[in-house]
Parts: sequence; C-alpha cells; structure tokens
Amino acid sequence: MADMNKRIDEPTGVETVGHEWDGIEELNNPLPRWWLWTFYACIAFAVGYVVVYPAIPGLHSATAGTLGWTSRGDLAKEMSAADASHAAVRAAIAATPIEQLATQPNLQRAAIDGGRAAFKVNCVQCHGAGAAGAKGYPNLNDDDLLWGGDIATIHQTLQDGVRQPNDDATRMSQMPAFGRDGILTAAQVQDVVSHVGVISGQEKPSKAATRGAVVFAANCAVCHGGGGEGNRLVGAPKLTDGIWLYGGDRAALTETVTNARYGVMPAWGARLDPVTVKMLATYVHSLGGGEKAAPAVVVPQAAAK
Amino acid sequence: MAFSIMERHKKIERNVTLLAVLAFAAVTVGGIVEIAPLFWIDNTIEKVEGMRPYTPLEQAGRDIYIREGCYACHSQMIRPFRDEVERYGHYSLAAESMYDHPFQWGSKRTGPDLARVGGRYSDEWHVQHLKDPRAVVPESIMPTYQFLAGRELEPGDRSADLRALYLTGVPYTKEQMAKAGEDLEAQANPEGDVAGFKTRWPKAQARDFDGDPAKVTEMDALVAYLQMLGTLVDVNAPAAQETLAKEKGR
Repeated sequence: MADMNKRIDEPTGVETVGHEWDGIEELNNPLPRWWLWTFYACIAFAVGYVVVYPAIPGLHSATAGTLGWTSRGDLAKEMSAADASHAAVRAAIAATPIEQLATQPNLQRAAIDGGRAAFKVNCVQCHGAGAAGAKGYPNLNDDDLLWGGDIATIHQTLQDGVRQPNDDATRMSQMPAFGRDGILTAAQVQDVVSHVGVISGQEKPSKAATRGAVVFAANCAVCHGGGGEGNRLVGAPKLTDGIWLYGGDRAALTETVTNARYGVMPAWGARLDPVTVKMLATYVHSLGGGEKAAPAVVVPQAAAK
Repeated sequence: MAFSIMERHKKIERNVTLLAVLAFAAVTVGGIVEIAPLFWIDNTIEKVEGMRPYTPLEQAGRDIYIREGCYACHSQMIRPFRDEVERYGHYSLAAESMYDHPFQWGSKRTGPDLARVGGRYSDEWHVQHLKDPRAVVPESIMPTYQFLAGRELEPGDRSADLRALYLTGVPYTKEQMAKAGEDLEAQANPEGDVAGFKTRWPKAQARDFDGDPAKVTEMDALVAYLQMLGTLVDVNAPAAQETLAKEKGR
C-alpha cells in the first residue's frame, strides 16, 4: 500500500498522505478548525431552518414549518400593526365633521399629513408632485377652484369625482363643441375668442371683440356669466383672470371653443376609504385658498313677516 | 473515527464500478429533487377567478411592450411588503401571470411597477404620458414614445400569433383564434363588430384607446394592454379573500 510511504515532512512537521509523483508529495494538513466548525454550524442551522420554516416541497404545497411563517401572514401582521397605530387618529377624524376639523389643530395637522401621503400615491400623476397641475390638470395651490374651494365642496368633488358616468353626485357639466357641432361659424369662434382675450386683459378692444361680445352673451354667458366671471355650480371657469386650465392663448382658446373640453377625475369615494378621502380634502384645502365655507343662507326676518 | 472514514472513502476512489454506481445514485437524488416538482407545479398555483388569455389587441400591445423594452425599467410584480402594497395595490398572485409567455415580472424598477396599472389612469392620460412623459410627470426620465400614435399596427397574422400561444398552453378557443384579426379591429374601433367581440371576450374592454378612431395604432394596442393589467382578478372579492385566508392558515 502507498500508505507505507507516509512519513513526517521535516520542515513543516506535518505527515504526508503517502503519494509521491516524481518526488512531489502532498502534506496531509487537517482542515482549519474555524472552517470545520462553521461548516458544522451551517448544517445544524439548515436542519433547524427546515424544521421551523416552510422548506420541503410536496405535491400541493411545501411543509409549513413549526413557526407557521408565510410572507403573506407577515404582510398581514405588518399591515394590521400599521392600521392599529393609526386607528385612534383615524377614528377621531372619522367622527369629526370635515368643517369642524379646523377647530382641533392636532387632528387637522394629522389629517393634512395623512392627506399628503395619500396625495403622493393617488394624485401626483396628474396634479403633479407639488400639486401645481399641468395643462388639463388643475393647479391646486391657488384659490381658483372650478367647483368651489371650501372644504366640504372639495370633499364632495373628491368623493364623487368629475364627470364620472356611474356616480349620481358627480360634478357634471358639458360645454358644447361650438365649432365642431356647427353652433358657431369659424368666424364667430374667432370673434368670441377675441372677446375672451379682451375681458382677460390680453388683447385690446377690437371690432371682432365687439362682435364676439354679442356671441358671448347669447351662447356663453349662461354658464360663464355675463362678464365671464364663471360659475362654480357647473364648473365653468372664470375667464377674466390669468389662470387657464388648457391655455389662454388664441390657439388654445380656439381649440377649446371649437371642440370643448371634458376633463375627468375618478370618484375617489369608490376607490379609497372615507377617512382617506377626508384627509385628502383637508390637505388640498390647506394647499391653496383655504376658502371659508359660504355662510348658511338665513331667511331674512322681513320675508317671514 | 475520522481516520477510518477516510480509509473507507479510499475504497470508492479506487473501485471504478463502485464509484460509478454511487455517483449515479447521488445524481439521481439531485435530479429527483430538481425535476420532479416541475410535474406538480400546476398544483401549487392557487386557483383564482377571472383570469382569461389576452385578446389579440392586448397581445399585440404586449408585444410592443416587449419590443420597446419597457420591462427594462418597469417590473410587473407587487411583492407582499407593506410599502409595495400601499403604493401599487394587492400583491401579485402567481395565477395572474399564467398566460404570460414570457412573464414580465422583471427585477428593475427605474419606473414604477405596472402589475396593477390597469384602470388607474384615463386612456387620455396614458396617451399624453406615452407621447411626452414630462407633460404629466415633470420629473420623469422616461423616453418619449410619440411615434406609437402615428404607426398603424402591422397587419400580421393574428390567428397565427394566438395559435403559437395556444401550443404553449394558453387555452384560446378555436373561434377566438380564427377571428383574431377581426377581434383586434373590433376592440379598438367602436364602429366595428363589437357585439361579436364581446361574445368571444366577455369582460374585455372595447373602445378607441388612443383618441384616434380612424385607425388602429400601436398606441391603441399598448394602452389596451396597460389598461387591463392587473384588473382581471378581483382580489378584494370575498371568495378570493377566503382562499387567501385559508392559505395563510387563519
């Protein structure tokens, strides 16, 4: 046997394995202890892991493990812990009418922060990260809100959306496509665009604008008001300021009068829970105008007599 | 003891037949562990209601999604973590990718996950966003896909496309495969044979997706695909919740 050739190697003091090839021999060094024990520890860990965690595949599912861990169960636990930590504040927000939130500054601040978080998930894609909007998507940082800017009104706009066919309380109105549907001729459209240019202070009075004023009074004033002051009941924008949802230059105005616009927003009441919608309304209200609610209509005493 | 094991191992090393037999045994065990589960893999996918194969138009949109390399920046798998579930919606289920060949789970999220993007935005938003992402998301670094709106979908043989998928195991019916070309037109064109389309594809959405009813463009196909992503299975339905609860053992 080759083992016969085993001998102690002089310089290192280690035994050789007994092979010898052309004078080259192999030392039989033992494995380093730290390595060996790490190796044994890994085996022990693996055995333990197989017992307590899901591991061995079967026909329909893997073994469950004694801890009963699942990634879904883990998620459910995390979600319910998060819900529990919010529960008190959310219950308080749910119990407070939205108009009364301002009387409780702590609650209001919580609602604004919650609204900001929900805004980042659901609203920034259209209204922008800073709520500054974009062409066709309103800027929420100003006090010029199409459907009204007090907190309860904003809440309802969020709840039922804008022009959502399956929601009875949705914000609904439709501007006619004056040019496309032949209600106005192309020349009349240009006249009325001139008139809007004049009342918004972009153009000097002209003959076209004077003709346009007549067209405006007959076709547009019913929603936008005689002076172009707008009407929030139908979401008709004010035309006398510098705020334009779809652009205020002649080309954009011509496009608007010719083909009309039909901006939509989802009814968030159907997608989010009521407290989140309330928090969103509080946040949006806090961004811009912070408009006070219109005072309730009081029947004058004189009328009662 | 350790010494005697080493001594016995030498017997194996020096006997070729014994080495071959034992090596074969070791490879057999490894093979069984790796290969056998593939035969039962279908059993491990939980059953869900509502899954259907892609319509021809959605499939064409999916092909464009792959052609344009959308998967390089967008994943389609919501993992069961709180941060993902709160942002993107219910975590993805294995069954939701069962008709994907290949699946688009991805591993890179330069852009957001798209597994449940369907119905989240309006068609108009998608068209604006694909034409110029900066128009709606100023900080976006996504490339523009303006050209999709102008390119008509290549005619191609839609029936053959579906047939190829059928051969890989997607359960298209004979009628669906035969009428694939018509159905593709009908889904994107409200004037077309929408009634026939609706009978063959009961819950699919048919409308003009890109705001240009005159022709069926690549934009139509891609938006149709995006608008159905993650919408087929109603994960919040009571039955689905019950199955999941059972799975969690609670």
